[in-house]
Amino acid sequence: MAWLRRNLVVIIGLLVMAYIMVPNLVVTIFSFNKPNGRYNYEWNQFSLDAWLNPCSSAGMCEALGLSLWVAVAASLAATVMGTMAAFALGRYRFKGRSATNLLVFFPMATPEVVMGSSLLTLFIAMGIPSGQLTILIAHILFTVSFVITTVKARVASLDPALEQAAADLYANPTQAFWKVTFPLVAPGIAAGALLAFALSFDDYIVTNFNAGASTVTFPMYVWGAAQRGTPVQINVVGTVMFFGALAIVGIGQLIGARLRVGSRRKEAL
Amino acid sequence: MATTTKATPGDLKLVALTRHFDDFVAVDGIDLVVPGGSFFALLGPSGCGKTTTLRMVAGLEEPTSGQIMLGEQDITGTRAYQRNVNTVFQSYALFPHLSVLDNVGFGLRQRKVADWRTRANEALELVKLADRAKQRPRQLSGGMQQRVALARAIVNQPDVLLLDEPLGALDLKLRREMQIELKRIQQEVGITFIHVTHDQEEAMTMADTVAVMRTGRIEQLGAPSELYDRPATAYVANFLGQSNLLPLELRGAATAGLVTASARGVQVVVDAGQLPADAGAGLQLGIRPEKLRLLGPGSDGVANRLNGWVTDASFTGVATTYLVKMAWGQELTVTQSNDGSARAGLGDEVTVGWDPHQAFVLPAGAD
Repeated sequence: MAWLRRNLVVIIGLLVMAYIMVPNLVVTIFSFNKPNGRYNYEWNQFSLDAWLNPCSSAGMCEALGLSLWVAVAASLAATVMGTMAAFALGRYRFKGRSATNLLVFFPMATPEVVMGSSLLTLFIAMGIPSGQLTILIAHILFTVSFVITTVKARVASLDPALEQAAADLYANPTQAFWKVTFPLVAPGIAAGALLAFALSFDDYIVTNFNAGASTVTFPMYVWGAAQRGTPVQINVVGTVMFFGALAIVGIGQLIGARLRVGSRRKEAL
Repeated sequence: MATTTKATPGDLKLVALTRHFDDFVAVDGIDLVVPGGSFFALLGPSGCGKTTTLRMVAGLEEPTSGQIMLGEQDITGTRAYQRNVNTVFQSYALFPHLSVLDNVGFGLRQRKVADWRTRANEALELVKLADRAKQRPRQLSGGMQQRVALARAIVNQPDVLLLDEPLGALDLKLRREMQIELKRIQQEVGITFIHVTHDQEEAMTMADTVAVMRTGRIEQLGAPSELYDRPATAYVANFLGQSNLLPLELRGAATAGLVTASARGVQVVVDAGQLPADAGAGLQLGIRPEKLRLLGPGSDGVANRLNGWVTDASFTGVATTYLVKMAWGQELTVTQSNDGSARAGLGDEVTVGWDPHQAFVLPAGAD
């Protein structure tokens, strides 16, 4: 009993971790399955078929390509726009600033079904045909708020004296921005960009409303496929995405840790 | 660094410099000449406009009107990055993403100085931090960060170096050390230092000239000893140390440089040379606590004497500070060196006296 009491926190922690990780593990394990039938829900036999022929499932790689393209374009546009907006909101006092600060939260708070359907109504009213363009516009719309919020927090934490110090040391405003402000805000911008990418890549609801008949993103493909059968290749893509994301986080942590350890070592010398 | 000391930096001249923030007048028409190569202090309480004045010289704040001249050059309209003026910020404002060396070399690299690395290292040696060049600012202690900020400014050999409450964040012991250190560095590099502070002791310890500021104006300007011994107003007298003030009425004409007068009905003599030109609103006599002394027997030669009784005595080691209550209720502060001179106990009736040349006279109108 005493042992249990001492280790209770660790045990609960491990259980929560398991709860979070098990779905991902199942996806990974079943990517090595050779299903008996169209549905990949029951373990049958180990196989590398799906890993060796990731594009053999009709239309899947096209959908994946479209999703990646949209995610990159949307996160890029949202990051540029969001960063500029975050600086404006974080740095300057102007009319409508507090109203803007509030409006920024709307896309985050609006239910996706509502946002998707109203966007579709708008696009139809404006005569814009559904397709890649409408998907892109929708994705930029709902990711830009996340970028603004992330970057703004970083901008707000910056000591304004730093830019003044740069100006004092002969840096004109452009130089001061690129040499001092940008490097210091960059982690916030990177976090915002990654968040925007992830949100765009796996969005289904808004995308489904605004996609044309022939534009199928990866989440739409998976959903559609689930009606007729689930190809193992879906698990392959899922596994790659999961470990890719883990790798990005891991590399970021490693770089941070190395910087800290390296400088600590120098301090000790 | 010593080999590259500037010949003669130009004087910094402020002409009717004014800065308004909406309705608030932060700096109200300051005229000031800071001689090249001097250590100058702007002293005053918070909100007196000293930091705004400094920021206008740095180019970080635009004057509402007036002029800033550096030598023969009018720099009023130039931007901060165009001025050969550097600042040590109150928060130090070291760039956290750059090493100490890169922080110090920042200004030199902006100016495309080829041997920036060598010169930045020299500046770090000057502030005794050469061994910390590769570290990040946040790994250093507050005192070290302060010295990095100083090196980062000095390395550019500015015409004027501005220090905005540079020692404010340091503890007392470190502050004392840095005061001496700053003074040494200033003498070594010969750059004009303008030091903004609310700490009178700091200003008096370091500066050649101190300007006491009040509500956007300069109240009095002079050498520290001059300000302390001959304050022009009660504000200056009280800001720089303690003083006992008594109302003063002139009685007699000057004889041998002394004038007879009366303070609360007691006859005193004052130094005729100290009478202010404008005595329209009456006069005040000021005596610093350490200039007052308890008189023992055999001190009949002292011209100025007041009787009272001791209401408080606090021993501080080198001295004892007494509060001596006068017949009219005022308590005078007397600081007596513990050098074997007369001592008094609580409740004792005492006579305090002072040398007329050690006191000062103020116009009563200005508080």
